[in-house]
Formats: sequence, structure tokens, C-alpha cells
Amino acid sequence: MQACRLVATDLACRRGDRVLFAGLSLDLGPGAACQVTAANGIGKSSLIRILAGLAPAWAGSVTREGMAGLLDERPALDPHQPLGKALAFWHAVDDGHDPVMLARLGLDDLLDVPVRYLSTGQKKRAALARLIGQQAQIWLLDEPLNGLDTAAVALVETLVADHCASGGLCVIASHQPFALPGLQRLDLMALAL
Amino acid sequence: MSGALLSILKRDLGLLLLGGRRGGATLPLLFFLAVAMLFPFAVGPDAPLLARTGGGVIWVAALLAAILPLDRLIEPDLEQGMFDQWALRGIGEEAVIALRVLAHWLSFGPPLMLAALPAAALLGLDAAHLRTVELGLLAGTPGLAAIGVMVAALTAGLRGGAALAGMLVIPLAVPLLIFGAGSLASGGSSGIALTGAVSLVLLAITPFAAGAAVRAARG
Repeated sequence: MQACRLVATDLACRRGDRVLFAGLSLDLGPGAACQVTAANGIGKSSLIRILAGLAPAWAGSVTREGMAGLLDERPALDPHQPLGKALAFWHAVDDGHDPVMLARLGLDDLLDVPVRYLSTGQKKRAALARLIGQQAQIWLLDEPLNGLDTAAVALVETLVADHCASGGLCVIASHQPFALPGLQRLDLMALAL
Repeated sequence: MSGALLSILKRDLGLLLLGGRRGGATLPLLFFLAVAMLFPFAVGPDAPLLARTGGGVIWVAALLAAILPLDRLIEPDLEQGMFDQWALRGIGEEAVIALRVLAHWLSFGPPLMLAALPAAALLGLDAAHLRTVELGLLAGTPGLAAIGVMVAALTAGLRGGAALAGMLVIPLAVPLLIFGAGSLASGGSSGIALTGAVSLVLLAITPFAAGAAVRAARG
């Protein structure tokens, strides 16, 4: 995997006329993982979108080396399509197909089921399959454990550990405990205004 | 990159042309034919009057049929985060929008031109008028597709966006209608050429205008 790096300097985020947080700095290299914790409404999701370059920061700058992959509450899979076809679209875009990973995520039996009939946890696992197929070095995960059962939580923790071990980096915004050796923690509450 | 764009075009065509449960291209087509069928009922069986006004009716019906699929052009993809995922992969909104215009045109332009044949029969248009209508539609429907995608991007995510989109398309489509339907009265090719010119301008600005709208809506 190519070298990757994610540097944020003195970030501030504003929603409407409220400044949510300010003075956030972050420097992650290959193999690093960081969990952002905060209560609801402090700006975890906004931070993830700023780091992804999808939303402008109110102040400060973000530098990314390497492709970023985003996992949030929207799976970005066509709700009317069967899961297999919806994932095949992203496989064609990303040029990455991994049937072993589908089995590992427990999706191989669901490929004929339209995405809108999947449960929250199944959609989350489908979105993970899309993320893994993207082969991005920088993973930005917004509440990756929502709706997952205990076994799937352990699987996500293992997948993130594998990703970091192979030289990727990961930012996890979650209020749930996330077990990962060497996980850095960043408490957004301390920066909230 | 080009492989990715090809996949996106294939997906767009699958959703817009075939449509699955969402109706695809058939609903606007049936709507278009229904208008062409209702008009003689409403004005009565006066053949010269029908022949004189029929071309204009086909144009208005085409414009209204182009409004029908607006709410599924941009909004679902924005809502499901597809545009975010494309942006992360370095696929620009402009490229996605240009493909969407192409797919939208393919899903209603050529079908409408085909449906104009039975519509012309219902309205009693002669061969020369039909030819002008078909050429006008060929020149004008790409512009209608561009307006549709642009307005769909501008109103995506707004409450009541679909109704607003319909209201916004109509004034923007007036130049196309004037030149397109006007070419029937003058019988000349200048109206069709001007229709084509309006379409080209719209096709040129739509990827940038709609791309900026999608980025702004993403926020």
C-alpha cells in the first residue's frame, strides 16, 4: 500500500451560526488509528466530512496523502437493486472484487435481496464491503458500529486492525467503545465551544 | 477512470431508461401520448384546426413529459451519498452530471420522437409538418434534458422540490418552445437551427451549473 498521511491543522467547524469546535489538530501516518469521541451534536460527523474534503472547514486546513474512503449512515447502494448488483456497480467503479470478503462479512447469502429490505446491520456490513473494495488508504468511519451485533463489532475491529497493519490509517468517530491496540483517542468535547 | 464513467453511464441508463419499479421511460411516454389523444377530444374534430395547432400541442406535451422524471434525476443519489462516494474517488460532479444529461436524454428524447409518429396521426399532421416536428424535437430535446438535470440539481433536497422543479423548468424552456414550435409556422429551418443553438448553450453550461448545485447541497 502506498504511503498515506492525514494532517489537520487548527480546524474549526461551524454549523449555521454556531461554532461547534475549534483548534483541532491531528497528524496520522501509516498504521495509525484515532477514535474521535464526543456527545451528540458536537460535530463528529462534520469533522469526518471535513477530513474527507466533502465539507469546507470554517478555519484551518486538511492535507490528505492517499485516497480517502468514507463509511457513514448512508450505504450509497441503490435501494431498489439486489445487493449483488448494487455492490457490483461499485466493484466496477473501483475495479476491486473480493468474494472472500463478502463471505467474511456474511453477505454471500444476501446478494439476491434488494438493499431496501436489508436490516440496519446488514446495510452497514454491505457498506463495509463497498469501503473495502475501494482499496482506499485513509478510512473515515462515522459511527461504524451502529446497528451491528457483537460478532459484527468484533469483525469491524479486526478489519480496522488489518487495514492499519497493512499500512492504512483510520479515523473512527464513535461514541461506542472500539477495541484496537494502539488506538489514539481524541475527545472533541474538550475542543467544543 | 473511463471504466468508472462507463459504469456510471450504464447505471444511469438502467435507472432512467429501464427504471425497474420506478417506471423508467414509459410513464413520460404514455403521458405524452395521452395529451396528444385528449387534445382532439377537447377541441373537436375540426381537421384543419387540429393540423394547424397539432405541432404546438406536440411541443407542449413533450415539454411537460420531460418534467415527469425530474425528482429521480439527482435527489436519490444525493440522499444516498452516491455523490460523496464519487467525489472521494476523484470523479467530478461535472462528469457525473454530463453523463446524467446523456442518460436522461436517451430515456426520453428518442422515445418521444418515436411517439410523435402516432401523435401526429392523432392530430392529423401532414408529412411536411411531421418532418419539421421531428427535426425540432431532435434539436430541442437535448436542451430540455439539460434544463431538467440542472433544475433537478438546484432543487434537490428542498422541501416540495419536485413541484418547484416543474415550475422552474417551464420559464427556462420558453426559448426552446418559441424556436421549436415557431419553426412550424415559418416552415423554415432557421427555427430548428436556433432551437439547436439554445440546446447547445444549455448542454454547455449544465454540467458546471448542476455540479456547483450538487456541491452546495452537499454542504
